[in-house]
Amino acid sequence: MAFVTANWNPLGEAFYRKIELYEMGWNLKDGLRDCLISAAPYGGPIALLREPQRRSPSARPQLEIYSASGSSLAGFVWKSGVVKHLGWTVCDDLLCIQEDGTVLIYDLFGSFKRHFSMGNDVVQNQVVEAKVFHSPYGTGIAIITGAFRVTLATNIEDLKLRRLPEVPGLHEAPSCWAVLTQDRQSKVLLAYGADLFILDNTACTAVTPPGLSPQATSIVSMAVSFSYKYLALFTDSGHVWMGSSNLKDKLSEVETKVRTPPKQMTWCRRPKSEQPSVVIMWDRHLLVAGKCRDTIQYHLDDDSVLVPELDGVRIISSTHHELLQEVPAACEAIFKIASMAPGALLLEAHKEYEKQSQKADEYLREIKEQSLLGEAVRQCVEAAGHEHEPETQKTLLRAASFGKCFLSNFPPEQFVSMCRDLRVLNGVRDYTVGIPLTHTQFRQMTVQVLIDRLVYRKLYPLAIEICRYLKIPEYQGVSRVLKHWACCKVQQKEEADEVVARAVSIKLGEAAGISYSEIATKAYECGRTELAIKLLEFEPRSGEQVPLLLKMKRSQLALSKAIESGDTDLVYTVVTYLKNEMNRGDFFMTLRNQPVALSLYRQFCKHQEQNTLKDLFNQDDDHQELGNFYVKASYKEKRLEARLSLLQSAVDEYSKAKNEFAAKATEEEMRLLRFQRRLEEDKGEHLMGMSLQDSMQILLSVGLHKQAEQLYKDFRVPDKRYWWLKLTALADKEDWEELEKFAKSKKSPIGYLPFVDVCVKRQNKYEAKKYVSKVTPEQKVKAHLAIGDLEGAADAAIERRNEGEISTVLSRCSTTTDRAVVERLNRARSGATKK
Amino acid sequence: MAAHLSYGRVNLNILREAARKDLREFLDKCAGSKAIVWDEYLTGPFGLIAQYSLLKEHEVEKMFTLKSGRLPPADVKNIIFFVRPRLELMDIIAENILSEDKLQTPREFNILFVPRRSMLCEQRLKEQGVLGSFTNIDEYILDLIPYDGDLLSMESESAFRECYLENDQTSLYHTAKGLMTLQALYGTIPQIFGKGECARHVANMMLRMKREFAGSQTQILPVFDTLLLLDRNVDLLTPLATQLTYEGLIDEIYGITNGYVKLPPEKFAQKKQGEGGKDLPTEPKKMPLNSAEELYAEIRDKNFNAVGAALSKKAKIISAAFEERHNAKTVGEIKQFVSQLPHMQAARTSLANHTSIAELIKDITTSEAFFDNLTVEQEFMTGVDTDKVNTYIEDCIAQKDPLLKILRLVCMQSVCNNGLKQKVLDFYKREILQTYGYEHLLTLNNLEKVGLLKSQITTRNNYPTIRKTLKLWMEDANEQNPNDISYVYSGYAPLSVRLTQLLARPGWRSIEEVLKLLPGPHFEERQQLPPGLHKKRQQGENRTTLVFFLGGVTYAEIAALRFLSQMEDSGTEYIIATTKLINGTSWVKSLMDRPDQQV
Repeated sequence: MAFVTANWNPLGEAFYRKIELYEMGWNLKDGLRDCLISAAPYGGPIALLREPQRRSPSARPQLEIYSASGSSLAGFVWKSGVVKHLGWTVCDDLLCIQEDGTVLIYDLFGSFKRHFSMGNDVVQNQVVEAKVFHSPYGTGIAIITGAFRVTLATNIEDLKLRRLPEVPGLHEAPSCWAVLTQDRQSKVLLAYGADLFILDNTACTAVTPPGLSPQATSIVSMAVSFSYKYLALFTDSGHVWMGSSNLKDKLSEVETKVRTPPKQMTWCRRPKSEQPSVVIMWDRHLLVAGKCRDTIQYHLDDDSVLVPELDGVRIISSTHHELLQEVPAACEAIFKIASMAPGALLLEAHKEYEKQSQKADEYLREIKEQSLLGEAVRQCVEAAGHEHEPETQKTLLRAASFGKCFLSNFPPEQFVSMCRDLRVLNGVRDYTVGIPLTHTQFRQMTVQVLIDRLVYRKLYPLAIEICRYLKIPEYQGVSRVLKHWACCKVQQKEEADEVVARAVSIKLGEAAGISYSEIATKAYECGRTELAIKLLEFEPRSGEQVPLLLKMKRSQLALSKAIESGDTDLVYTVVTYLKNEMNRGDFFMTLRNQPVALSLYRQFCKHQEQNTLKDLFNQDDDHQELGNFYVKASYKEKRLEARLSLLQSAVDEYSKAKNEFAAKATEEEMRLLRFQRRLEEDKGEHLMGMSLQDSMQILLSVGLHKQAEQLYKDFRVPDKRYWWLKLTALADKEDWEELEKFAKSKKSPIGYLPFVDVCVKRQNKYEAKKYVSKVTPEQKVKAHLAIGDLEGAADAAIERRNEGEISTVLSRCSTTTDRAVVERLNRARSGATKK
Repeated sequence: MAAHLSYGRVNLNILREAARKDLREFLDKCAGSKAIVWDEYLTGPFGLIAQYSLLKEHEVEKMFTLKSGRLPPADVKNIIFFVRPRLELMDIIAENILSEDKLQTPREFNILFVPRRSMLCEQRLKEQGVLGSFTNIDEYILDLIPYDGDLLSMESESAFRECYLENDQTSLYHTAKGLMTLQALYGTIPQIFGKGECARHVANMMLRMKREFAGSQTQILPVFDTLLLLDRNVDLLTPLATQLTYEGLIDEIYGITNGYVKLPPEKFAQKKQGEGGKDLPTEPKKMPLNSAEELYAEIRDKNFNAVGAALSKKAKIISAAFEERHNAKTVGEIKQFVSQLPHMQAARTSLANHTSIAELIKDITTSEAFFDNLTVEQEFMTGVDTDKVNTYIEDCIAQKDPLLKILRLVCMQSVCNNGLKQKVLDFYKREILQTYGYEHLLTLNNLEKVGLLKSQITTRNNYPTIRKTLKLWMEDANEQNPNDISYVYSGYAPLSVRLTQLLARPGWRSIEEVLKLLPGPHFEERQQLPPGLHKKRQQGENRTTLVFFLGGVTYAEIAALRFLSQMEDSGTEYIIATTKLINGTSWVKSLMDRPDQQV
């Protein structure tokens, strides 16, 4: 405890500390010299390729993969081409970029996953330099080719190669370069002598860092921060320039007095820190530069590699693994010598308390008087998170817990979650696991990702322990881990299908939300179809089973599963698949046994493939639908003959379907069409496509009474409708004479009130009167009222002694002008009531 | 914006907010300026979720309607297609993308499927060679849209046609998914009742989905006690009848779409002094209709005959409130009066609007044609002369009244007679074909397929039994102060709602016999609640039932359910969900086939 500050070094306002993470477990004979080395961020694995240039077949280079603590994960002889660069993806896969632009992907146990090429341009001109970078869109690769052009892919999972614009005047390798992500785009920053260029998709822009010291004639090294927000440039004059990566602001510039180009330079700034700082490494010399003129210098015993992290820099040498970072504010407040911060006092108070000294009370009082106890507890908890040594963590947490006792209503969440987090972190930092995460990194990375990483390293028991300990909902936690375990299990080819299936089902039986289909897919990919089918049976989500069943050519089963799921889109998918896979006959037969699929397919055909629809109906002998089909088709035909022939087909089908009505109606339609054509030829009236009623109406209105009459008879139009039609047609023409003749032609089937109404409607009361007398007694009152004859209405009503009608007439009378009528009606009404 | 959604028994704003959150998240995925290309059908439903302002906040600068050819120019980074997963739309999108100007700066294409992405569509895009052009392909799960404080709709126009005519159960799948989303937000619904084939299918899917997602259950105290799934074809009669509530009549006459109605503008001209001779507006007046408007919430569900009295009462209250200013003496009183002014003025505008609408409707309801039509409907519903050709229908055909009116009446007669005699049916069909054209043969065939028209072959007419047992006709319906749901149709009590009412009390066991006469199975399912979530009902606390109408619901039915919720001793409050709000006309129209109008 007393030595917490022993490894602190001041730089400007802040302190920097270098702590040892591991003594490396590997045994490297030649150190890190002549190695290609790459370590994944967030305490990820380390890949090492010794003497990559060695080409002789007798002594091929060796590729080795280690955990961050140096325990070997894999090692094999490299048999492919010359590797120019190694890098890690965001999900801990190893990328080996070869001279010819081929990228080979291995998992961290050294199993080959896949490969891809960075394009013809790279193949032709070879790789000069390559970089792997991470952005929110995934892992990207940038390459400088022998033609000194940049080829870039932002996401290797969704490979879209971009060749960036040419840099004017660049005929040799740039002095240094870097990739940055800005405005949702990956750009390349490239220095050539003293010139600096930004390359994006469309342009190459020359830029000048504001306030770069003028002595420099060349930028020899550059570094972009972990967040892509900041940029550092190292010049041949020995200056380090630090600024924002958009080159708008300068943060500081420090003279290092070293003019040799550094071996490596990285940022070392923790999030929200006040001070920008970079770490620069030469062969045996490490330097931290910040805002002030002073620098911190370290001597290195051995060849080393810097690994930039979110909140510091890891330094890996052949013997040690260290973390260099700015001392977090909370730790500084507590441990700085003679600090009077509340946290420091609380820690002191707790120490005294443990010694059973009354001084504890004094310290505590001092904090409480300033009412800073809450703050003190928070500081201790936070500082514990940043400390690496479990003993220090415990001391701080005990102090915090002690302080909490004197606070009422202090929210416990922070303390509890910190204890949990630290337990997890100490677990994964353990030598055997070897993931040296800081608390800040852990927060950024999230538990989910950490569990993924553990799973990826096949540390299933630890992952499950963590899930249970952190009480992660089962389907996100334990179930997921178990699924991965199962996926791994099915790849163990030495075990029999039965055994594996049983083992999987026993382990996974209780867990909720397991996706068996994913496990089955894995099994299928390993060529274990039978096992896959066995596993699929455990899958409760029938929809999930479908894609795999299709892949395994179990299409019938896939169809029933799709139907079972109720997801019609899935059914469609299987149906489309079947259609392409089977011959037509079998396909139709299959559908026939699955009515749901059949009607969906019919729907599809209705919109997309009319002819198939016909075939479907044919095969089912569905004559009714065939009839409808032909009727529909007939409306698409312009030519009458074609139309008639389609309608004839419809008639035949309807007859076969024993739908006599439809057959007859369609025959009628044909008859009407023929009639309309004849009329068009003879009289030039265009009636084609009109309904029978409309045809008759037009004929009447143009005076072709005979033809109308013919339709009326031929089509056995009911008298009533025909009378209505003729009546309105004549009234529309105001052909009153013809109307009267019509009225007298025979007894009207619709009565004579409509005659009165049509006349009145056309303001011809004179004509209307002619029909009033013919109206039936029940409608007399209405008829008289229609022509405005109150007297007549009154007479009729009184005659019929109908009280309702009397009231109707009364309601239409005005008391002033129709006094006589009113009196008469009133009398009649009282008479009617008496009786 | 949508405060009226939160007032009800169940806060439906939670659902709306969830939907809005998803939308925002998607929009933010496509960083930079964007233009939305709309599948026109979706604009209405989306309006219920988010206004343009929300889209604008997320850098949506332009909006277009999806049509073939080249996309209109827009200087934006992203083009987003908002579409239903339909193949014909995929073809249009492909055409849009392929005819994009190669010389311009490339725009990023995105596609958002509503309500669900579809492999079939993606396959089609692949075949057209454009699948690779999309930066984002996503789905926007919008099944149940909050329509009002107690009303959810899927706004799926063709749901009834698809389910009952085409045997395409896609919308049922969406229904089940929608109900799962609902349960994720409002807790598992412990009891499920249902009647009808589709109801059974939806319930089965729900139970299956619940099994599939075991483990991801939400720990939410259930808000709904019961879910009742009803097939529209259990009650084919109700939508055919003319609705007689205020809202129902607005819908019957002017049609309400996505919560808005368009009215003839003349009645709503601003009558301000001094500008008397100004031009009358020619654009129809578009008005939102929902419970956010206090007056509308009060009168929407009344029988239209009671609306006049309610409006005049309201008028008196408002003018009395304005008179208050004369009594305001002290500064404090005046201040209080002024603070109420905006509210009062809004109330006055609202009153003026609804008085105008009521006048418009009154002109129609007092017409002889309306009266005659209603008389015939009521005759059918009471079982008068349903077995022979009806003279009124005959005359209407002879005078070529609108076909939809004829179809409604004929279907109604058929339903009330449990099918028509072959002779009568053929007569009607022939009359329709001769008068309106032979192309309607297909429509008639459709109506027969869904059971709206049928010929009475063997089965006895069971409608009178159903009518009597379920008391579907109430002789003395009180329109002013209703005591029974039959007020919404001035005598006829909607069958669907009667079933709902009887389920709550005394339970369906009492009407087993009648249930057997209605199509489809009836069933009850229970869903296990996670331990600790069993609700402890307070004394006198009402139960909450979600009634889901598969294939559509009318405003009058909703009114009837609201009436039940408000009845003092009912003990149950209802939330209503449906595939689409319908009326007889829009419903029958959705079943029509017009080969002559095909392209």
